[in-house]
Amino acid sequence: MNALAARRRHPAAIGILLLIGLFLMGAAYAAIAPRPAEAAVSSATQVDEGKQLFLANCASCHGLNAEGRATGAGASVAGPALAGVGAAAVEFQMGTGRMPMRAPAAQAPRDDRIKFTEEQITAIGAYVASLAPGPSVPSEEAVDPARGDAVKGGELFRVNCAMCHNFAGAGGALTRGKYAPALTGVAPKDIYMAMETGPQSMPVFNDTNLTPEAKRDIIAFLTAVNEEPKAGGFTLGSLGPVSEGMFAWIFGLGIMVGCAIWLGNKAA
Amino acid sequence: MNEQDTTRAGDVLPAEEFGAEAVRLDQGHVVGHGGIPEVFQNPGLPPHAPRTTDLSEAAAKRAEKQVAALFALSIVGTIVFVLAYFLVDIRATTYVPGIGVMALQHLLLGIGMAAALLGIGFGAVHWAKTLMPDEEVVEMRHPMRSSDADRAAVVQTLTDGGEAAQINRRPLIKYTLGGALGLFAVPVVLPVLGGLGPMPQKSLSLTFWNGGPSGPGEEPTFTPMRLMRDPENTPIKASDVTIGSVFHVLPEGLLDLEHGVLEEKAKAAVLLMRLDPKDIKVQKEIDWGHQGIVAYSKICTHVGCPVGLYEQGTHHLLCPCHQSTFDVTQDCKVIFGPAKRALPQLKITVDDEGYLVSAQPFREAVGPSFWERG
Repeated sequence: MNALAARRRHPAAIGILLLIGLFLMGAAYAAIAPRPAEAAVSSATQVDEGKQLFLANCASCHGLNAEGRATGAGASVAGPALAGVGAAAVEFQMGTGRMPMRAPAAQAPRDDRIKFTEEQITAIGAYVASLAPGPSVPSEEAVDPARGDAVKGGELFRVNCAMCHNFAGAGGALTRGKYAPALTGVAPKDIYMAMETGPQSMPVFNDTNLTPEAKRDIIAFLTAVNEEPKAGGFTLGSLGPVSEGMFAWIFGLGIMVGCAIWLGNKAA
Repeated sequence: MNEQDTTRAGDVLPAEEFGAEAVRLDQGHVVGHGGIPEVFQNPGLPPHAPRTTDLSEAAAKRAEKQVAALFALSIVGTIVFVLAYFLVDIRATTYVPGIGVMALQHLLLGIGMAAALLGIGFGAVHWAKTLMPDEEVVEMRHPMRSSDADRAAVVQTLTDGGEAAQINRRPLIKYTLGGALGLFAVPVVLPVLGGLGPMPQKSLSLTFWNGGPSGPGEEPTFTPMRLMRDPENTPIKASDVTIGSVFHVLPEGLLDLEHGVLEEKAKAAVLLMRLDPKDIKVQKEIDWGHQGIVAYSKICTHVGCPVGLYEQGTHHLLCPCHQSTFDVTQDCKVIFGPAKRALPQLKITVDDEGYLVSAQPFREAVGPSFWERG
């Protein structure tokens, strides 16, 4: 203690004191608010990593700065601009294997061979979300069908979704090779993000159009329809009169023709 | 195997097999000299081939057992049907390969009914084919026309009857009878025409957007109405409608009606979309919208299906019934399909609180064409 006291007038003392004070301040700050600091750091690296992945895998269609890019002819857009589509759009398109598209086509189909790991998709999502604010990935609770009201969801589904996706969510045709995909076997989170972001031909159903609760109700309805036992047996794809009529013509008439031939044949 | 099957190309067939006049295909065109018989001889029936059940008693016994087994299958099927109807819980389910989980009762009812009907049918046919008499019978066709004497007799009977009833001598009876029978058609036809309901009057040209209920005889006066979400019945702020989104809209107050909700909905349903104003090619569409928010009738101008399939990438509206396609960037002009007219646009604006309201009713009748439509 005496040694310290003796050196208190040393020219370096003030500098050392300042350093110690700054160190204590920093340590105290880190102890009080450690989490945001860490998150900010990891998110910044995630955005960087995402940008690298984006440049390598997505920029050929969406442009180097995700500004969208026209094809050579200039008439149609190869990839739309991605500012403002949010992490949810990336999570939906890449998490269901729709993006990156394997070949130019009217529509990117769902593909279970997903080309990227979850971390990579999250990183690209973080990069795209950093361009402009957009919808984020929903929480588990927001998409839990058990918390939704399937009856209300059915009403909303019939007004907002059924004209494209069919009354039972079996999907249907659109113009020029595009189609509304079937909603059977789709994860609740993907249904939510599709409504939120409006992928490809689908319109956007943002939170002012369908509230988060309404979206959860629709998910509850679709889950109920999927899990419901098929009371009448074979549904023929739930496509209505087209597949039912074809079945009747081919199998019904086929059986009748077979019977007629049998009736006309003489017994051996 | 008959003789014909053993011939090869190049073989010279004995002339008598096809007659001396037979012509071969490789001889080119040969001018014929008639020789077609006046009348083709009736070849008659093919020789009767007895069935195994006619020849062997054992086979007949076997067929009898098969027929009985089919009828027994029908009996079992009926019993299964009745038992399934009364004993199986309607909510019970079962797994069927290739179909999935389905109602057990429906499965058993279907199988029971199929076995019951097919057992009777197949059994009866099998019985008829194997055991019932097997004789070919020819019944010759005979003329349909009655003999002249019969025809004359019928005419005579009718004329005599008319004479006896004095129908020619008393024309008053003849004409009043004709009038009575003719007018009798009226009570048959009248209820059919009357049952078609009241005349539509102006209701085909009006919608709820004209200011209220628009049924036959109603005279609504226009007031601006808020655009409400269907089915939540909540008003829509202009700021709620982002680019690429679509709202299904009904006029304010329609869902609160006590009567005729569906009739009004069928005319007043509207689709609300927001486009980038740069994409809109028609000035009237921009003027009648609000900052790129446009409202169009959802009722197809072909036969009135709801045109609800909006593709936000191409801004095409597709009708699910007959694939009529409307281009929202060109004032909903028809670009494909059987529809003839563009979808009517609803002029909208915003009120003091920022909610979207109608600025005027539809300028033309919505939905399919009709005679009186201008």
